[in-house]
Amino acid sequence: MAHRDRLNQGEFVLWTGLGIASFIGVWYLSVLLGFVPKQFLPAPHEVLLKFIHLINEPFSGYTLLAHIASSFQRFLYGFLLAVAIGIPLGLLMALSRFANQLITPFFESIRFVAPIAWVPFAALWFGTGIGGPVLVIFMGAFPPVLINTYRGAIHVDKKYLEAARMLGAGKLRLMTEVLFPAAIPSIIAGLRISAGLGWQSLVGAELIVASSGVGYMMVKGQASIQTDIVMSGMIAIGLIGLFIDVLLRQAEKFAVHYREI
Amino acid sequence: MQGYGNGKLYQHVLQSMMLVTTGFLVSSSLGILLGILMGANKKIEAFVNPIFLTLRPIPPLAWIPLAIVWLGLGNSAKVMVIYVAAFVPAVINSFTGVRSIEMPQREAAAMLGISRFAYYREVLIPGALPLIFTGLRLSLQASWTTLVAAELVGATLGLGSILNQAAQDINPAMILVGMISVAISGWLMTQILAKAERYAMPWRA
Repeated sequence: MAHRDRLNQGEFVLWTGLGIASFIGVWYLSVLLGFVPKQFLPAPHEVLLKFIHLINEPFSGYTLLAHIASSFQRFLYGFLLAVAIGIPLGLLMALSRFANQLITPFFESIRFVAPIAWVPFAALWFGTGIGGPVLVIFMGAFPPVLINTYRGAIHVDKKYLEAARMLGAGKLRLMTEVLFPAAIPSIIAGLRISAGLGWQSLVGAELIVASSGVGYMMVKGQASIQTDIVMSGMIAIGLIGLFIDVLLRQAEKFAVHYREI
Repeated sequence: MQGYGNGKLYQHVLQSMMLVTTGFLVSSSLGILLGILMGANKKIEAFVNPIFLTLRPIPPLAWIPLAIVWLGLGNSAKVMVIYVAAFVPAVINSFTGVRSIEMPQREAAAMLGISRFAYYREVLIPGALPLIFTGLRLSLQASWTTLVAAELVGATLGLGSILNQAAQDINPAMILVGMISVAISGWLMTQILAKAERYAMPWRA
């Protein structure tokens, strides 16, 4: 119970190994014993082979790498747009009560709409190429950036603001030189959340409206009941999501470091 | 009153809410159980963690095509996707919740010779409750988003199917109706959860 708490290294390796082994074992067993038709559940190594195969061999128009590239490009556009609008707006809301009261009700009502529910409008307004998915990503990524920027900036010690104001700083300089640096840790935490949500929303958007991208590839695989392709898509999505998160985590560390200087 | 896309608005709303409630309740209760067990027992943690860490980066929406391949376009595929969406936040937060209980509290309980059952009931669960509810809120939100997406991909009834139908008919007014219904229903369920939270943790209110 509370006391035999710590595992020694041997025990840890044993239990972790057992965990992995039973996961893969159950998967293999259900394939080998034929519980599930092979078409619906390919063996782990088959999925891996398919994944590698897809890197070179085009499926539904592009190779896996090209699909990933087009997904990532859309993600980057939507995410950067969210950052470019969310951060200044959040700072402005923290600085000016008028702006805050103007934007908050509007923002709150939009926030409750799941980003994925924008898909029909996105397709209608901006088409299925780049514009549509970018709008959906934006809707997913925007709220956390705005909220975290605002929260980070509102907690800035009033003394700094007063001092800067007394020294003759205008609103713009207050925002860029006082509020922004002080809010950086909170902003970056927000960026991590928003990147995660944005990436997720992108996948959703691509499942429904897109003509390329990892999500699109998965839908095509689903339509032709090629489970190995669907699973390869899941692996790719997971890996990229992980990659984005690691990148932002690095940025977080850097920001903390930067603040301490 | 005429309906739209195989049903009237209340039928779509009820369908979606029913699916979310079913999937969410089953999944989050199992998730909380697993999270607490992982928090309380390092062996279970070591056993489950690698599987969990592998599956975790895959967003719930990415399970939709797999769910359709496995279970078709009916309700069971939706429940599977909701299940995946709600499970991860429930596990992570109840696990962190148990770990956030301070050592003296655990030791005091152990010293007083508490039984295993009472240890869970009196120490671990109440201590983890605030974070468990944080997890539940995230779970509910994820379930809702995922369900709408799954219904957009393919369904005959439900709010997502209204959106899908309206997009195909190029009917912006109906798209808006769908979006507003999604927002209001989501908000309503969050409110119910907040009520439950106040009820479960009277000492925090």
